[in-house]
Parts: sequence; C-alpha cells; structure tokens
Amino acid sequence: MGISMNEKIILSVENLDITFRTNAGNVHAIRGVNFDLPAGKTLALVGESGSGKSVTMKAVAGLLDDNATINSGKIFYRQADGNVIDLLTLSKKNLRRTINGQQIAMIFQDPMTSLDPTMRIGEQIAETILLHKKISTSDANKRAVELLQLVGLNEPEKRVKNYPHQLSGGQRQRVVIAIALSCEPKILICDEPTTALDVTIQARILDLIQDLQAKMGLSVIFITHDLGVVARVADFVKVMYAGKIIEAGTVDEIFFDPRHPYTWGLLSAMPDLETNDDRLYSIPGSPPNLLHEPKGDAFAARNQFAMKIDEREEPPMFQISETHFAATWLLHPDAPKVEMPAQLRERLARARKAANLQ
Amino acid sequence: MTEPLLKVDNLVQHFKVSRNFTVKAVNGVSFEIYPGETYGLVGESGSGKTTIGRSIIRLYDPTAGEIFFNRDKISGVLNDKVRRMLRKNMQMIFQDPMSSLNPRKKIGDIIGEGLDIHGLYSTRKERNRIIGEMLEKVGLSPAHAERYPHQFSGGQRQRVGIARALVMKPKLIIADECISALDVSIQAQVVNLMKDIQAETGCAYLFIAHDLSMVKYISDRIGVLHLGNLVETGTTQEIFSKPTHQYTKSLLSAVPCSNPVIERNRRRSL
Ligand SMILES: Nc1ncnc2c1ncn2[C@@H]1O[C@H](COP(=O)(O)OP(=O)(O)OP(=O)(O)O)[C@@H](O)[C@H]1O
Ligand SMILES: Nc1ncnc2c1ncn2[C@@H]1O[C@H](COP(=O)(O)OP(=O)(O)OP(=O)(O)O)[C@@H](O)[C@H]1O
Ligand SMILES: [Mg+2]
Ligand SMILES: [Mg+2]
Repeated sequence: MGISMNEKIILSVENLDITFRTNAGNVHAIRGVNFDLPAGKTLALVGESGSGKSVTMKAVAGLLDDNATINSGKIFYRQADGNVIDLLTLSKKNLRRTINGQQIAMIFQDPMTSLDPTMRIGEQIAETILLHKKISTSDANKRAVELLQLVGLNEPEKRVKNYPHQLSGGQRQRVVIAIALSCEPKILICDEPTTALDVTIQARILDLIQDLQAKMGLSVIFITHDLGVVARVADFVKVMYAGKIIEAGTVDEIFFDPRHPYTWGLLSAMPDLETNDDRLYSIPGSPPNLLHEPKGDAFAARNQFAMKIDEREEPPMFQISETHFAATWLLHPDAPKVEMPAQLRERLARARKAANLQ
Repeated sequence: MTEPLLKVDNLVQHFKVSRNFTVKAVNGVSFEIYPGETYGLVGESGSGKTTIGRSIIRLYDPTAGEIFFNRDKISGVLNDKVRRMLRKNMQMIFQDPMSSLNPRKKIGDIIGEGLDIHGLYSTRKERNRIIGEMLEKVGLSPAHAERYPHQFSGGQRQRVGIARALVMKPKLIIADECISALDVSIQAQVVNLMKDIQAETGCAYLFIAHDLSMVKYISDRIGVLHLGNLVETGTTQEIFSKPTHQYTKSLLSAVPCSNPVIERNRRRSL
C-alpha cells in the first residue's frame, strides 16, 4: 500500500480525535493527539487524571468503549515485514486476531478488568501463551511458572493455582504484566503498571522491562503519574492536558527545562523526602469539563501567567529544539518574558547541579 | 490519657487455599490508633496490608486475635447494634476502585448510598447538594453524578471511592493505596483535603501505602509490615531518621527521585 513513515518509527499517531456519548452529553475526550514512537525506545505519557492517556492507548490497542466515536485520525504501525498499516482501518476482530497481544500488548490500569475471576492464574497465563505459540500445554505451564518467578512472585509453583481474588493488589498487577510479556510483543503499552507496587518490586519490574528492551528491541509506552518512574525509564516524554499533548521533549528537556506552565505545576507538585511544608502544592482549580469545549487555551483558567489571547485562541505547538515542543502562547516571540515560579527554578537548579549539568 | 479509637491485638489471618497450601497473610499484629491520628502502614506487596484493613472492617473473620473500636469488641460475633455503629463510623477506601464500585449504579447513587442507609439528610435537594459538594472537593464536577463507573478514568474512579468514604464523616477511615492512581497535583489536593477533614471532624486514618514520601507527609506514626509481621513501629520522625530493620532501610534507600540523570546512573550501578 506504500504508506511512508520514517524507518525508525514503529508507531505513529496522527491527529486522533475521539468523543464519548454520555447521559449528560458528548464528552470530547481526545482533541487532536499526535506522536511518534521510535522503535526500541521508551515513551512516557504523563498528565493530569482524566487528560486522555488511557483512552489514547486504548484506541491504539483497539479496545475503546462502545460509546466512543473516532472523529478523525490515523494510527500507523510498522509490521515486522516493514509494511505500514493504519490500525484504525482494521476491524476490531481483525485487530484482535493479528495485532493485539502478539504484536502490541497492553497492561491495563485496573488489573482486575483484564483477569478472568473464574480461572486460575496459571491457566490464564498458559492460555495466552498457547494462543500465540505452538508449544505443548505442559511447556506452556512451565513457562507460566517461570514468568511468575520473573515478576517476583514467591512460590510460583503454588501461586499458579490461585484465583485472582486470592492475590494482593500488587501480585495481581504482576500477573497481568506476566501475561503481557508472555507473548513477546513488539510494542508494550503499560498503563500505570507499577502503581500498586512498593519501590523495591517496582524497580525489579522496571529492570525486567528494560532488559527485554535491550534483548528484543521492545518498544515501550509508559503511562504513569510517577515522575520518578518517568525519570528512570523514559527516553521521550509527552505531557497531556485536556485531550491534547501540550509539551513534548526528551526526558532531560522535560525535567530540566520545562516550558509549559502546566508542566511547571506538575513538577512543583511532586513531593520528595525533603518536603516539610505543611501543605503540598497542587495546581489550583480543576481541569475543564470536556462536556463544554473550552474556548482558547484549555489551561488558561488555571494559569497564573495567562494572557488575553489565551481566552480567545488555542496556542499552536512552538518549537524549542529539534526534539522539544510546547503549546503555550508564552513562547510566542511577542509574548512578555515570563519565568517559571522561583521555587521550581531553584529546585531544577539543584537537580541540574546534582546531575552535574549546567 | 486518651483511649485508643482502634485497638488491634495479636491479629492473625490465615487463608486456606488448598489442602496443602495455607497463606499465612497476617501473623500476630498489634497496634493502636488514637482519635484524630494518622497511622501509616507500609510494607512490601503481599505483606498483608490490605488483609489487615479488611479484617478490621470485618470483610474477613479473623483467624485469631481481638479488635476493639470505640471500646466495643468488633472481632468475633457482632450484634446488630455494633454492626450498625461500625458501618457508620468506619469506612474503607479500596485499593481496586473498579471492583469496589457497582457497575450498574450511577456515581451519585454510589456516593449517596451511605447517606441513604443512615438517613443523613432531610430533603432530596440536600442529599444532592452534599453529593455535588463532595464531588467538587475531590476535583470532579457535580455533573459527573450522572455517569457510570466505567465511564471514568482510573484516577477519577479512585476519587469516587474517596468521596464515598469521606461523605459519611466516619471516625476511622481505612485508606488502602487511595492515592496511588492519581497524578501528583491531584494527590496533593486529596491529601490536603484529607487533612482538612481530619481537622474539621477529628477522624483518624489508617493510611496504607507504599509511597514513602506521601506516608511521611501524612502520618503521625508508622508501622512497617514484613511477611505478615509488624517489624518496626514508631513516630514518623523516628522511622525516617533512625530506621532499624533492614527492610525499612531498603525501602528508604530505593525511593526514586525525579532526576533522569541520577536515575540512569543508579541503574547502571546496580
Ligand atoms: N466510556 C466513557 N464514557 C464517557 N467518558 C469517558 C469514557 N471513558 C473515558 N471517559 C472520559 O474521558 C476522559 C479521558 O479519560 P482517560 O481514561 O483517558 O484519562 P487518563 O488520562 O487515563 O486519566 P487517569 O490518570 O485518571 O487514568 C476522562 O474525562 C474520562 O472521564
Ligand atoms: N482471599 C484470599 N485467599 C487467599 N490468599 C489471600 C487472600 N487475600 C490475600 N491473600 C494472600 O495474603 C497475602 C497478603 O495479601 P494482602 O492483599 O494483604 O497484601 P498487601 O500487603 O495489601 O499487598 P499489595 O501491596 O500488593 O496490595 C498475599 O500473599 C495474598 O496472596
Ligand atoms: Mg488512565
Ligand atoms: Mg493491598
């Protein structure tokens, strides 16, 4: 068919736009999302709760809820043979049979929703393996035990007999990770995969994913609100707000040189073990209700640096470097010069110093 | 001296999975929570945190040990009066929000359920006002009351669970990983809200979490759980400045920071 896409890119989302029908009206949840995933790299998607991270990735995996309408957009995927297809042109059934699981695997935010409560976890893992690989049932069972061991479950030979409700939150989350890894996908989409895990086990899972990446060239998309995790695993970061990507850059650009006031707020709100203030910083106000489409910049009402134009017109993406972009009028050449809040500036300066950067 | 609001004495909770496999989830845990206090419970995945919470609120029958709440014994067989007192005065925010919200009920009715049962309003209008205000306090909007659980994002659902518990103004809230799915800004908003409500109503929290920076911030005292045993307990200050147990030390040293360069180097040095 000859769709052209840069060879290094394995997945490219173009101008994705999605609406949900609800009792109270239409919710315009995704409002023109664009991004590329370079093969073998890790992309982190961060942003406020409700900003559209999970919905975007469910669209990629072909798992949108029934009340969703895709108004526009393309999702290009480069198959192993080099051919590029638009996933949105495939039927749901076709997508499930050929792409889902084997080539693109998704770990869902809510582990219970992807586990079958009536089936022992060992059987669930073995079943997925058998779906994608021609091996014997006993080999699949053995592999299930190995995978549980890999994700750090104690006594895996006994655990395979457990039903999901007999596991702790973090154990369930790890079973879901084991299932996703069992079919050796090309792209792994992890939606908050480590939220229920303590730091030691979290580190183990992140290492496991990074090892697979090095060994098999796995490309990874990480949705997480944990900026420590982002700092650890990501090559590139996209920041989402109200259904759009509002800042994109390399991980260093986002953490050391953020340009969008929402990103400033996000970084400011992060507590660390040194925080001793009586109240934690949170971005004032709440995100716009996408039942009523905001006019102008969706972040304007909460932005202490908002200008007149923010109320009228949505800012385009301004380019800062080859890899760094942000959608805020503050970057317009005619805008007054605005500095990030002093406290954050000091914190970033400390961080740069700790990292031996300038 | 004030009396403890909750007293857990030698709690044991075992699960028999099969004839030759019994999970010893909790093995003799004792602690107390005082009125208006926040007790942080931390520990590895699978160490028994959720089980302790569920045993206290009587979703499980403890294998052994005693639990007292408000001076009433709440372990063993409960009479109706104690059961009712428990349902009003103790609430749990569940770790897995999706499976704890009835998928066929609208959010407004889920949050209003406790108010309905205990008749905590005089008119329909007042009921809806209370629900709408609670939704706003957790960063959602009153219009969300008309939606069903699956029509929310993960973090929005988690906040529905928080709203459902807080709206009852209970004496004790067991908050099981209640902010883990929220981004930092909304985490801060929710934690500030929990502190405000505590100042207003004097409620106590059993705050179960694995995120040490948040636990440090919100807790007065902390218990560290390891394989179903409390291995260390003390004031937040004590635990963070002089951790004694090896597991506590390893938890503290692994706290990630948000510095990509340092994180990359940390990985290389492993
Ligand atoms: N089936 C649905 N019907 C109606 N609205 C929906 C539906 N699914 C999601 N939404 C809405 O779409 C928006 C984006 O949701 P999404 O799940 O992508 O958020 P998210 O960025 O993943 O947030 P979180 O960090 O809380 O998981 C939210 O406002 C949510 O309420
Ligand atoms: N209903 C049950 N039947 C059998 N085993 C169970 C049951 N509930 C919990 N367990 C087991 O008890 C142990 C403790 O589980 P619990 O859910 O209390 O852990 P947790 O500390 O909350 O962990 P996490 O941080 O992962 O949520 C685990 O090994 C779990 O598999
Ligand atoms: Mg989500
Ligand atoms: Mg738990």
